[in-house]
Amino acid sequence: MTTTSAPAKPRFSLVSILATPTVGPFIALVLASILFASQSDRFLSASNFSLIVQQVMVVGTLAIGQTLVILTAGIDLSNGMIMAFSQILMAKVFMDNAVPAPLAILLGFIAAMAFGAANGLLVTRLKLPPFIVTLGMFNIAFALTRIYTTTTIRMTDSPWHVFFGRTFTVGGDGGTKFTYGSVLMVLLFFIAWFVLRETAIGRRVYAIGDNPEATRLAGINTQRLLVGVYMVAGLFYGIAGLLLISRTGVADPQAGQNANLESITAVVLGGTSLFGGRGNILGTLLGALIVGIFRNGLTLMGVDSIYQWLITGVLVILAVAVDQVTQRRAK
Amino acid sequence: MSKPTPVLEARGLIKRYGHVTALDGADFEVMPGEIMAIIGDNGAGKSTLIKALSGALIPDEGEILVNGNPVVFHSPIDARHYGIETVYQDLAVAPALNIVENMFLGREIRRPGVLGSVFRMLDKKRMLTEATEYMSDLQFRIQSMQQAVETLSGGQRQGVAVARAAAFAEHVVIMDEPTAALGVKESGMVLDLIRKIRDRGLPIILISHNMPHVFELADRIHIQRLGRRIAVIHPKDYRMSEAVAIMTGARDVHEEDKQAI
Ligand SMILES: Nc1ncnc2c1ncn2[C@@H]1O[C@H](COP(=O)(O)OP(=O)(O)OP(=O)(O)O)[C@@H](O)[C@H]1O
Ligand SMILES: [Mg+2]
Repeated sequence: MTTTSAPAKPRFSLVSILATPTVGPFIALVLASILFASQSDRFLSASNFSLIVQQVMVVGTLAIGQTLVILTAGIDLSNGMIMAFSQILMAKVFMDNAVPAPLAILLGFIAAMAFGAANGLLVTRLKLPPFIVTLGMFNIAFALTRIYTTTTIRMTDSPWHVFFGRTFTVGGDGGTKFTYGSVLMVLLFFIAWFVLRETAIGRRVYAIGDNPEATRLAGINTQRLLVGVYMVAGLFYGIAGLLLISRTGVADPQAGQNANLESITAVVLGGTSLFGGRGNILGTLLGALIVGIFRNGLTLMGVDSIYQWLITGVLVILAVAVDQVTQRRAK
Repeated sequence: MSKPTPVLEARGLIKRYGHVTALDGADFEVMPGEIMAIIGDNGAGKSTLIKALSGALIPDEGEILVNGNPVVFHSPIDARHYGIETVYQDLAVAPALNIVENMFLGREIRRPGVLGSVFRMLDKKRMLTEATEYMSDLQFRIQSMQQAVETLSGGQRQGVAVARAAAFAEHVVIMDEPTAALGVKESGMVLDLIRKIRDRGLPIILISHNMPHVFELADRIHIQRLGRRIAVIHPKDYRMSEAVAIMTGARDVHEEDKQAI
């Protein structure tokens, strides 16, 4: 009797490739890149690529946390404001209270994780929809940030706070400069990728978004796992706050107001399903780069920034539409 | 005559959902090596009963005993510790995960050495090998163990859920309507799996609305009505129509209907 044997090799047909949610945006990216390259000599230069990565490092890091939450079939609208509060805290306690810089940064991370824990506890204990909880938390974190300070704080005198904005050169003299922050972001993506793919916790994050009841019945403490996910996401938002200070040299209470939608855009363009349980974190990195490249290319072409918003909006809706259609077909 | 100790027993279970009393003092028992079927109308509290027995819910009152010893299940993990595995009515699989991942969800195997202890890496190879063995033990055919469960037919999915329970159960396997919504051929496949589990000596609790299946497989039949056990019968002593009549309340319950208790 035939039974199970060696794993069958996955088949790569044209259909299955086109049905992969990341492929559409990727094709759009290639086409747009050809256009940008034909319009601007600078577009394909290494230094421009380095600039793009630097520009996406904050949103990219936020999008790691966002991906984790979305994989559990949640959504996090509060991430930009958690980042804003975290960076203000790590700047203020250093400036006003003479807390040593590393400790100040750590406090910022802890605050971000506390916001995440609050999100997670509200979602699991009170069974409130993540959309509402994090929308509320968006407002709370926004208000707390503004109550704390309304002025921008210059941080260039604290080497710790701006370390990740420093650059190193690849390719000898006259080579390309990369920031340490860009490297950190890519590293964080790979860590998240590893954990999601190779560890039990990672697979359970997928399972919980896929079928929460089955995950609970499999003996997994789903409430604890969810709170953990929101907390770890908070940590990523805190790190994004530090990267933001590094990049801009200031802690700005106005920061991050659109970051929730930008990070969701990166996640969705990267092919992660808003229904949860499906997706790949490296797709999110690609998604973040896609947004960055579009913005950058359009800027180089001298297109008004309002059109960048327009195009980003179209891209997101297209990506979500592809997700909807593939999900429906799967059922 | 002293009765052997039931491997799993419930006494006087009560479970209320608001105004609905799903279990109203339900008793239950299953003996070593037997297939105990549970029949009852929709809403009789069959699923609620087995959820209490598998730790998926905590009864408001009543007692659960394993080998005669009282136990308290706070979660499905507790029941699993006693070797009780369950196939739930709605299957409880994660469709986007593959077969191996589903089988090992919640009891993943880590790599040996530092990779497992420090880096927490899964031993995917070992899980694949073991899952493949379980499936071939049950002579269950499938193309690839690494395909997502959502790509499987209804019968195959059911087979995965049954195989998972069979693989890890050391004490009792509980199945809630494992053939509901399956075609004739697919039902046959699942029934074969159930027989193979029985042949290994594991007691089975089987909930089904399908009387021919019940009468074919069961050693005893527990009849549940309005949240209570009203009778336990041997299938050889009764016709299907009689069992259904007891189940629906069309026929009064006599003393002899309880003789198999
Ligand atoms: N989570 C719940 N919340 C509220 N009421 C519930 C819940 N689960 C079950 N009930 C109620 O408890 C009663 C028993 O339900 P249960 O699912 O145990 O019946 P069943 O015998 O398995 O029925 P079926 O044959 O339809 O599967 C029903 O009246 C049902 O509506
Ligand atoms: Mg039921």
